[in-house]
Amino acid sequence: MFDEMLKAIFGRLTLEDFIHEPIMAGAGIGMVGALVTAIIAVTFLKRWKWLWKTWLTSLDPKKIGVMYIIVSVIMLLRGFADALLIRAQQVLNGSVELLNADHFQQIFSAHGSIMIFFVGMGIIFGIFNLIIPSQIGSRDVAFPFLNSVSFWLFAAGMIIINMPMVVGEFSTAGWLAYPPLSGLEYSPGVGVDYWIWALQISGIGSLLSGINFFVTIIKMRAPGMTLMKMPIFTWSVLMSVSLIMFAFPILTVTLGLLALDRTLGMHFFTSMAGGNPMMYVNLIWAWGHPEVYILVLPAFGIFSEIVATFSKKRIFGYTSMVIALVAIAILSFTVWLHHFFTMGAGADVNTFFGIMTMVIAIPTGVKVFNWIFTMYRGTVTFKTPMLWFMGFIATFTVGGLTGVMMSVPALDFQFHNSLFLVAHFHNMIVGGVLFGAFAAFAYWFPKFTGFTLNETLGKFAFWFWIVGFLLAFIPLYILGFMGATRRLDHYDPSMGWQGLFIVAGFGVMLIGIGVLFQLLQVAYSIWKRKANMVGNDPWDGRTFEWATTSPPPEYVFATIPTVTTRDAFWEMKQSKKKHSEPEYEDIWLPKNSGAGIIIGLFAMTFGAAVVWHMWWLVIVAFIAIVVTIIIKLSDDEPDYKLSAAKVAKHELYAKLKLQEKTV
Amino acid sequence: MKKPQLDHHHSQVKYISYFVGFALSIVTTLLAYFFVVNELLPKEMLIYVVMAIAVVQLIVQLVFFLHLGRGNRWKVATFAFAVIVVLVVVIGSLWIMHNLDYNMMNMTPDQMTQYMNENEGI
Amino acid sequence: MTRAEELVAIHEKKTLGFWIYLMTDCVLFAALFATFAVLKNATAGGPGGSELFDLPFVLVETFVLLTSSFTIGMALLASVRGFKKQTFFWLFVTFALGVVFLSMELYEFMVLIGEGHGPQQSAFLSSYFTLVATHGIHIAVGLLWMAVVIVRLWRHNFKQTDINRLALLGLFWHFLDVIWIFIFSFVYLIGGMA
Repeated sequence: MFDEMLKAIFGRLTLEDFIHEPIMAGAGIGMVGALVTAIIAVTFLKRWKWLWKTWLTSLDPKKIGVMYIIVSVIMLLRGFADALLIRAQQVLNGSVELLNADHFQQIFSAHGSIMIFFVGMGIIFGIFNLIIPSQIGSRDVAFPFLNSVSFWLFAAGMIIINMPMVVGEFSTAGWLAYPPLSGLEYSPGVGVDYWIWALQISGIGSLLSGINFFVTIIKMRAPGMTLMKMPIFTWSVLMSVSLIMFAFPILTVTLGLLALDRTLGMHFFTSMAGGNPMMYVNLIWAWGHPEVYILVLPAFGIFSEIVATFSKKRIFGYTSMVIALVAIAILSFTVWLHHFFTMGAGADVNTFFGIMTMVIAIPTGVKVFNWIFTMYRGTVTFKTPMLWFMGFIATFTVGGLTGVMMSVPALDFQFHNSLFLVAHFHNMIVGGVLFGAFAAFAYWFPKFTGFTLNETLGKFAFWFWIVGFLLAFIPLYILGFMGATRRLDHYDPSMGWQGLFIVAGFGVMLIGIGVLFQLLQVAYSIWKRKANMVGNDPWDGRTFEWATTSPPPEYVFATIPTVTTRDAFWEMKQSKKKHSEPEYEDIWLPKNSGAGIIIGLFAMTFGAAVVWHMWWLVIVAFIAIVVTIIIKLSDDEPDYKLSAAKVAKHELYAKLKLQEKTV
Repeated sequence: MKKPQLDHHHSQVKYISYFVGFALSIVTTLLAYFFVVNELLPKEMLIYVVMAIAVVQLIVQLVFFLHLGRGNRWKVATFAFAVIVVLVVVIGSLWIMHNLDYNMMNMTPDQMTQYMNENEGI
Repeated sequence: MTRAEELVAIHEKKTLGFWIYLMTDCVLFAALFATFAVLKNATAGGPGGSELFDLPFVLVETFVLLTSSFTIGMALLASVRGFKKQTFFWLFVTFALGVVFLSMELYEFMVLIGEGHGPQQSAFLSSYFTLVATHGIHIAVGLLWMAVVIVRLWRHNFKQTDINRLALLGLFWHFLDVIWIFIFSFVYLIGGMA
């Protein structure tokens, strides 16, 4: 009787699910400990009201952007810790059992899932929120409340994917969870369910954000800024979100079908009753390939801005850059089979997708040449952002070349699922997306804080990263070429491969030192900030985000600028027009709203409840979300007015402060 | 951004649009239904005819109910891209999944299950 | 821009944004259609569409939904012309037709499940139930939305924001009828062929 009541309330959750082996238990306790410490600190400093009003309920994209970055950085550290464990295991190669097989599989699954969904996606949404509105001369995004919901759904997913460290286990099926391994028969536990719902919930957030930024860029550009006058970064984001909008629904369906198989016993991907596991692989990659372009296109855009600014020259070949971005976006929907050349398709299908894969490398090559031509005859300064760009050119190009190698189906039969593949995609994602993120961080940090990052520490961080990265992944190309399969926790010592694994392990340690330098850089720069204050435009930039104060006011622009050329801000500076006293207008800004965080909270509850089969809680959480949405959307006064007088006062104060800094 | 017009343009939409759309939709639905139920054509042709009629009704509803094409070029552009993605996903998946059976001797799922049972012990 | 112009611009943004959401929903249904197309013969020795589908019943369902798409159009036209009683009339008819449609669909499902042909029987049935039920869930959400809009129109006497919301609901409802055209054609007519 009592047992039945427990089962009704707690589903399949039992006390045993809290017990973990030492490393996992340590990580879980550490995570909970950090959370509790943070809560105690906020309480002790009496900052709950400030936290709630200034950050958690804010609809200001600048605040939301910072929150995305904070979550992504925390997840980067967790993903990196997973990477360290993987490499350590491979270096030890079974001489000491660091991780048992099941644990190892959970770790590489967590590593990939976290890096793609919670670091990659989080960073790009953070950058979109911070930069896009001001770059197009707007104050906000098209749908500020939806923006908040997107972030909190992302945060909910992040919490769900970290829950396995405390209760239950994670998936052992890799970052894409192919069935039948991820089906009910071979993964009956909660691991794959955690994976499904973390991704499903944050995926909905991503989709909504995609729509949000698309409408923002289409509808909210400053007067005179036609599409072909937009900064290249804005173009890259427009293409990235177009991909998000049309690719993420495929992921939603695929995860949904797997959940139906696991939770309601259906037969989409089962081995019996007519299911077809290959359909999962097909669908998930139809999403998965656009996904990698979603991540990398903004990185291309970031580098375009950085190269132009630090070469003091406009980007070479603007039109061809735009055409290349559009071409890459469209083509990214025509190559997905190259992820499963070996799954049994005939030569005709493999050939078609192989050729399309080779074709998509061409516009990317055009972009690389255009960046280099931008530097030619420019006045180049090698500040940290430019160093990251040079690192990107080296690593991403190598990765791209190996990609073209694998695009030949016959060759792919050797490389598929080997360490060669692993090295290739790390070259692309780390060299492309992550280096782009680090470059963006170094470039735009002064804008949002008002002070610069320490250059020397930044350079140290870069060099440790690039040398470490090359040492960590070049050996993997060699190993993969010789036949080493991915995702194995040990390799036969008689192969003679151990030396290469040790070199790779050493490389990862250098990367670790690079990470330490990055953390040190931030801490040190904050400590020494008073000596490094900057004004609006520390890099002599070319685009509108540099026209505001550092940090910008909530309303960003007191008056919306009018645009007549590309690189509009740069041209305005060159023309040295005498600025007449601007006429200030009333500005309407969105009020704060707690509905975003509440929806996120209930979404997290919903996901966790489905995982543990607590059906009553699933229904309650779902109804709560619906009710919150209806209540929030029924509010007809979501904005408040900042009067023209207040704007004028704020602008005057900012002008005086700026004069103070430059004196 | 362009200054929006304050007068509502949707009073230009006429009642006739919905009546025509409704009538055409009923006709196309009945047409497809009778073709199939009375097996007026061999199966392969029938599939294409039903598909074609469905596309016709899609266009009817887009024009007469959803008023696509009137004004907003971004609605048309996003619709066009959506159609491309839909076709790629559906046709691509069908082509790929059919082709994956290429090396499996074109068996039906039930034959495949039987083969796996007998020859692979699964 | 004045505040009044800004409010119109906001409605334009919402309309474009909602339209784009409908386009993403097209891709969502496309993935479900693709799955159905691939798995429609995977009946695991059990019955297929030709044995299970009651085409005359589905034809009636189709006409119910189609008519509701027409009636919501009437409601939209009435709302922008300020004909309040007409708007309510057409909305109530649309709502009723939507309820009839869902009830018919639920009846279909119950009959199939009762005979042992639920979504757990085969891949074909899994994909059939999921595709049709996903559409049904969208209809249910639409009905909930319709109820909220009807209440608001009545309580706030046809505020412009609520008329705007009704316009978006109209888009949603028409879109669902478009999806149903494809379900009717591909799932029932083509899938029901011997």
